[in-house]
Amino acid sequence: MSQQAVDGVPCLRKVLTVENMNPNVKRVEYAVRGPIVQRAVQIEKELREGVKKPFTEVIKANIGDAHAMGQRPITFFRQVLALCSYPELLEDNKFPEDAKKRAQRILDACGGHSIGAYSASQGIECIRQDVARYIEWRDGGIPSNPDNIYLSTGASDAIVTILKLLVCGEGRDRTGVMISIPQYPLYSAALADLGAVQISYYLDEDNCWSLNLAELGRALNEAKQRCKPRVLCIINPGNPTGQVQSRQCIEDVIRFAKEEHLFLMADEVYQDNVYAEGCKFHSFKKVLFEMGPEYSSSVEMASFHSTSKCYMGECGFRGGYMEVINMDPEVKAQLTKLVSVRLCPPVPGQALLDLVVNPPQPDEPSYTSFMKERTAVLAALAEKARLTEEIFNTVPGITCNPVQGAMYTFPRITLPQKAIDKAKADGVVPDMFYCMKLLEEEGICLVPGSGFGQRDGTFHFRMTILPPTEKLKVVLQKIRDFHLRFTSEFS
Amino acid sequence: MSVLQEIGSNVRNMKQLENSVLARRTTQIKEELRQGVRKSYKEVIDVSWGDPHKAGVKPLSFVRQVLAACLYPQLMDGDKLLVDVRQRAQRLLKACTGGSVGSYSATAGIPEIVQRVSEFIMRRDGGVPSHPENIYICPGSQWALTNILTVLVNPEASPRTGVLTPVPCHSTTVLSLTALGAVVVPYYLREESGWALEVEELHRALDSAKGVCNPLALYVINPGNPAGYVQSRKSVQEVIRFAAEKRLFLLADEVYQECVYGEKTEFVSYKRALAEMGPPLSDRVELASFHTASKSLMGECGLRCGYVELVNLDPTVMKHINSLFSTNACAPVLGQIALDVMMNPPQPGDPSYHLYVKETQHIRTSVAENVKRVDEVINSLPGFSCQLVEGGAFAFPRLFLPPKATKRAEEAGMQPDTFYCLRLLEEAGVLLSPGTDYGQKEGTYHIRFCIMTSLDIMEELLRRLSIFHKRFMKEFS
Repeated sequence: MSQQAVDGVPCLRKVLTVENMNPNVKRVEYAVRGPIVQRAVQIEKELREGVKKPFTEVIKANIGDAHAMGQRPITFFRQVLALCSYPELLEDNKFPEDAKKRAQRILDACGGHSIGAYSASQGIECIRQDVARYIEWRDGGIPSNPDNIYLSTGASDAIVTILKLLVCGEGRDRTGVMISIPQYPLYSAALADLGAVQISYYLDEDNCWSLNLAELGRALNEAKQRCKPRVLCIINPGNPTGQVQSRQCIEDVIRFAKEEHLFLMADEVYQDNVYAEGCKFHSFKKVLFEMGPEYSSSVEMASFHSTSKCYMGECGFRGGYMEVINMDPEVKAQLTKLVSVRLCPPVPGQALLDLVVNPPQPDEPSYTSFMKERTAVLAALAEKARLTEEIFNTVPGITCNPVQGAMYTFPRITLPQKAIDKAKADGVVPDMFYCMKLLEEEGICLVPGSGFGQRDGTFHFRMTILPPTEKLKVVLQKIRDFHLRFTSEFS
Repeated sequence: MSVLQEIGSNVRNMKQLENSVLARRTTQIKEELRQGVRKSYKEVIDVSWGDPHKAGVKPLSFVRQVLAACLYPQLMDGDKLLVDVRQRAQRLLKACTGGSVGSYSATAGIPEIVQRVSEFIMRRDGGVPSHPENIYICPGSQWALTNILTVLVNPEASPRTGVLTPVPCHSTTVLSLTALGAVVVPYYLREESGWALEVEELHRALDSAKGVCNPLALYVINPGNPAGYVQSRKSVQEVIRFAAEKRLFLLADEVYQECVYGEKTEFVSYKRALAEMGPPLSDRVELASFHTASKSLMGECGLRCGYVELVNLDPTVMKHINSLFSTNACAPVLGQIALDVMMNPPQPGDPSYHLYVKETQHIRTSVAENVKRVDEVINSLPGFSCQLVEGGAFAFPRLFLPPKATKRAEEAGMQPDTFYCLRLLEEAGVLLSPGTDYGQKEGTYHIRFCIMTSLDIMEELLRRLSIFHKRFMKEFS
């Protein structure tokens, strides 16, 4: 209650208070940008002000932001985008012809030939056509209809929009949404915001974070008593866990979704980030169609992609799309209404997406340098994935599953009982206690596993594998030293 | 049976805009034109959205040069770009994490740009302090508005949360309110008095909400959309007093604040008026004001960047608002860069100043001329009456349709103004919006079209509209 007296005159309560505000918002948390990051930002400020610390910079290994960690943008993409922003540059002979051609095509599709004009809410038509063509190529010829493609402000926007569409009902009929534990906390935040029921299914840490069908069944059956399960979300390659699902697993999930009448949400934003030998990205759509018409004509699905990850790392553009499969036309009409409220996705992000799905071809001038840059980025990530797993597994008390894909590692840490007790006494969850201490002592910002979900009694942290290799080696070594110190201090 | 047969009633209740029917037909017509089908026009003039670039207004060179330099810093080698462009790009790139516009920014926006926004607001409001921690940059002002409404509207509340909303009103806001399950409590602007917002009408609207919902907020658009009014200082103060007295959260949509015409018209921000009214009101009235890089002379709608400034909110509520905004990642960085230029354009003495002034002056003059031409032409046509556009991006003339026309519309299962718009599209290749999409007094009809266009496009638009209108009125007389 914010009642205070000022100069003896009682102030009235606020109109908008913690009591009467939307209670769902109070449950919203997003660990990736949560309290530990706020402390990291504060420490950076203190460093700038000259406060002495045991480190000279804070390494923000909390967020999947490749450029922030020094990854360079793809030259071709930036050339085309510069041409789109300032078309006078089309006269400049320093830009290659294939860049100019693409820029001209994009500008021709924009209102007033400007990327500053609104586009249609669903996204620029010729870009949606290009996305559909890319999907067809990626999936070995399985048709993709541009009308089923919705461009969005990052994949997150599309994910939230679909959830808004699907969540309904009251009490025990309230929509239940299955999400993996651990999960990317956008999902739990969106479910909290929408007042949907979260149905957690645990990934199997002992089996490289694979998805277990029996566990899906267990979670679903338990949930049927308290909600109406309607949606199954899966992130592949996984975040934070980095596992790349096998083809068999994907088939199993599709079969499960069909049997249990669930809408499938396939978050595939890391589809180019596959490192481990023997692992391959299989798109849910491709597998669905290869399972034959019994499945491909009935299972309802949305798959999501983005310009923020893979080899592009262009998070700041907020580019992305979703493809909806087998959606009832009347439901699609509702979806179209919902996306119109956003007016349109950022046009530079749409343009970038167009380039991602329409990169330089072998007969084009920019092809060689494009491929060189792309290969270098993915090779560096693969090396860092391997290095991370290797080094963490040398530390007693840290167990690290192979980073098969995506951009993160989610190692399990063993914490001494004394540390757990101290954390509880401080009113902090143990892995937050651990990560905060790491931040204060080493200037390394990670996200505690509690922010993603984990089995009771286990502790983890999520670290990105994005810092440049040499810096990553230093970070890994510092974490190793910290862990040993921490274990010793609390034994 | 589809998994999705049950869609939440909130989403189902969102109105299907007439606009979408017209947009679909426009796509078909464009295709027909491409295939060489003969029509009395060669291209469709689309003035249905507040989109200056689509309507022929050119982007500002300085903005685009800075964007290009930020995207592809190699451009800054050599003297191709003027020194102030390079300096601005370098400063902004330094403010981006990792020196790239491809990085996420902080939740509320790149801190340096947020700082610029607060300085802009202070300058605009004659020194009234603005604190960066109360500002959130978002992918558009409507995005920010939806977030604030999400906090305000408690979906479990009974009675439901109500928000006083003007008639006519920006359609997106009404859709957002419906999607959130809020109750829209309409208050009517008085067309005959230049769309004036009258406090008596606010009282009436509030009374009408008794027993229907729990009104928690008052949404005002100033300058207006679709109606082109600009509230006087007195009017702004009256609204503030009303909000204070009736304990309403004030949502001030001020995205057209740079678009003010007429020598006697002045934009006064709600924040400024509130501060000038002094305590206790200035400390107490809770206010969210919205602005954008989409409107103004820059017109960079496609970059998707706007902001909200929050005033006098409860600190704990602010913490939750921060959590909510943090789930959105951040506003597109290119949009934030455009916003930086808007907050801090080239100054006298800067190498780019001269061109910047020339371009902005041209746009200002063109739009002022458009306002004049609209007034002259529309008001000379029988069956039309248009309030003088004082501000904003649109004209919203009233259509007096003959009974035969309304009857024909009914037979076709259409709203009369939609019927008019569809015929205008088919016969004259002009796409604008029917008043139905914004709300209007029962039995009245309007059309809305953008006036932030190039001079050529406005002339052609008015020419086609005049010819069509006379023919239409004759046909149905």
